[in-house]
Amino acid sequence: MDFALSSEQLEIRELALKFAKNEMIPHAQEYDEAGTFPHEIFRKAWELGLINTCIPAEYGGTGFSSVDSVIISEALAYGCMGMNTSFMANDLALLPIVIGGSHEQKKKFLEPFTQDFKIASFCLTEPGNGSDAGGIKTQIKDGGDHWIVSGEKMWITNAGYADLFVVYGTIDPNLKHKGISAIVVDPKSPGIELGKKEDKMGHRSSDTRGVRFNNVKVPKENMLGKPGEGWAIAMKTLDHSRPLVASSALGGSARALELCIQYSKERIQFGVPIAKHQAIQFMIAEMGMKVEAARLLVHKAAWLCDQGAHNTEIASYAKAFASDSCMQITTDAVQIYGGYGYSKEYPVEKLMRDAKLIQIYEGTSQIQRLVMARELLK
Amino acid sequence: MNIFVCVKQVPDTETKITPNGDGSFIETASIKWIMNPYDEFAVEQALLVKQANPAANVTVVRVGSVKDTEALRTAMAMGADEAVLVEAVDNLDSYSIAKALKGAIEKTGKKPDIILTGKQAIDDDALQVPQILAEMLNLPSVSVIVGFELAGNTVKVKREVEGGALEVYEVATPVLLAANKGLNTPRYASLPGIMKAKKKPMAQFSLADVGVSDADRRVKYSGFKLPPEKPAGKKFDATDATKQKDVVAQVVGLLRTEAKVI
Ligand SMILES: Cc1cc2nc3c(=O)[nH]c(=O)nc-3n(C[C@H](O)[C@H](O)[C@H](O)COP(=O)(O)OP(=O)(O)OC[C@H]3O[C@@H](n4cnc5c(N)ncnc54)[C@H](O)[C@@H]3O)c2cc1C
Ligand SMILES: Cc1cc2nc3c(=O)[nH]c(=O)nc-3n(C[C@H](O)[C@H](O)[C@H](O)COP(=O)(O)OP(=O)(O)OC[C@H]3O[C@@H](n4cnc5c(N)ncnc54)[C@H](O)[C@@H]3O)c2cc1C
Repeated sequence: MDFALSSEQLEIRELALKFAKNEMIPHAQEYDEAGTFPHEIFRKAWELGLINTCIPAEYGGTGFSSVDSVIISEALAYGCMGMNTSFMANDLALLPIVIGGSHEQKKKFLEPFTQDFKIASFCLTEPGNGSDAGGIKTQIKDGGDHWIVSGEKMWITNAGYADLFVVYGTIDPNLKHKGISAIVVDPKSPGIELGKKEDKMGHRSSDTRGVRFNNVKVPKENMLGKPGEGWAIAMKTLDHSRPLVASSALGGSARALELCIQYSKERIQFGVPIAKHQAIQFMIAEMGMKVEAARLLVHKAAWLCDQGAHNTEIASYAKAFASDSCMQITTDAVQIYGGYGYSKEYPVEKLMRDAKLIQIYEGTSQIQRLVMARELLK
Repeated sequence: MNIFVCVKQVPDTETKITPNGDGSFIETASIKWIMNPYDEFAVEQALLVKQANPAANVTVVRVGSVKDTEALRTAMAMGADEAVLVEAVDNLDSYSIAKALKGAIEKTGKKPDIILTGKQAIDDDALQVPQILAEMLNLPSVSVIVGFELAGNTVKVKREVEGGALEVYEVATPVLLAANKGLNTPRYASLPGIMKAKKKPMAQFSLADVGVSDADRRVKYSGFKLPPEKPAGKKFDATDATKQKDVVAQVVGLLRTEAKVI
């Protein structure tokens, strides 16, 4: 057994952390406050190869392993969880193509993302179907020489800036999971209507919108796999993407821990740095323990994915544990900062707001527990 | 065109420096090494010249320990073509380093057109290597440069002087130039760059290979220790108006005899 990162992974992490510290942290607060989309930072990250890590080398990508990509994502989320949501959404959208696309589809849809800076959205959730994704109502009908997509999507990250959508719909709602299909849609197609940007509690620099599809014509060759294979593609995508989302929570936790270590050594109360008070020490100890445990789970879930092994259970452990502990850690971080923690002048209140979302998207913490129980009791 | 960039590997600015066990140098085991920040400007300038002159070759040269080659790998990941490493202890003096750099450059068999360095290394802050190296190679040199324009065989450089004024020099190549902050914005090493760097050649020499021996040392360190901790400040109570005169006299006296600042 070997827990060490390779020298290459250490270098990758170094670069991603340097980027996070120099390019993301200085803007995180300001972009969050104003809800500014981090377009230029996103582009710079893409130029350095930090985005679209799921694209295989054969299609011009960096050909990173799942472990490599969680290392990068942790570092970028350390910079800003909100910006990283925008970055990560590209991978969430491209993964179904990597997993379920034909060679021609991969060439056609993935390669442009390696040649130019492009943005993608993953369109699964609907106003009436979130956790119950199997119940989605968006219809994909056969229009002869094309498909016709109609329905409504909700909470779609990057929607306002996307160059490509991967849309999940059903060819027949009566077929339940067996009717679900995944299709690549050009966001500029006639019949697509974007909702207004959601005014969110956290991740405010990321762009989240509803998207309506009014009888949108889509070329036949854009269907990933066969009609009805969408659910299987979505499930496999989750095995890859949950470790990634978990690593984002981990990055936020690591940042909170680092800030608290620093602040507690500087802030003097009762004549000593508050780090000398056992109550503070215990909170910091708890943070360190959870960061380390989350990292082990995230790396294991990603490593299993790289081995081609079944990782559903571990990926859910990683996603739920990393995001739940990020919520606890960032809440304690505000506590350790006292009144200052509650102010936007200091970075920890943002971490607490950002942590919340990671317990919700990509399968809520409750849904992760459903998955775990199903795996354990099967 | 042959461009050489001399880079030093220095402890990360966030590193806590402590003397080693026998006080002969600093403790290096737990240090995170980075490229000397001023050298990053030098590397970037070389890469900008290469961008404009694709035939140019950029070689990075470093003298130091071989255990960690972070600085050279970073420079190659940024885009330098090849690297030369001269193995040496990390506390070599400026004269020996300059002589080793000269030897290393000569070993490559390439005639330098432009040599770039940082204006100083942030570890020992000696500010001597660029000038000594230029002397040894019999080249003109300009240090603390913040502007660089190459036209044919002439480089127009700007250097900052006291009071924010700029001096402008036109120097014929071959030339040695030492970079200051503000010369450019160093690029990041990209991920594809990091992958490519692994396949780029890195030649390695010993000090003896490049003609440097112990006899070249001009500076010998007698020991390393932390500065003494500052004693706690003294407090004087001047709340009682009748005693204020005495307190003031006492403070002034101590400033003269103890602190010796007046
Ligand atoms: C900022 C943001 C960005 C997003 N980005 C995207 C995106 O890019 N693409 C995309 O497709 N979606 C995206 N989502 C949607 C996200 O995945 C959903 O919000 C999430 O799956 C939860 O669905 P819901 O909001 O409908 O909540 P609901 O499903 O209504 O859940 C409400 C509550 O009920 C609980 N619950 C539901 N079912 C069960 C059950 N069976 N047992 C126990 N508890 C249950 C949930 O855990 C939750 O606490 C995003 C959401 C947000 C907020
Ligand atoms: C929005 C807001 C409104 C406020 N309104 C008022 C007001 O109207 N009037 C007013 O006077 N004040 C007000 N306050 C101040 C508030 O009462 C203080 O913020 C609070 O007492 C904590 O002090 P602090 O922020 O300096 O944190 P600190 O005292 O620096 O505490 C930092 C952390 O160290 C912990 N800690 C400190 N000492 C110990 C110890 N001995 N053992 C264990 N742990 C310790 C604390 O629990 C905390 O987790 C307000 C604060 C806020 C944020």
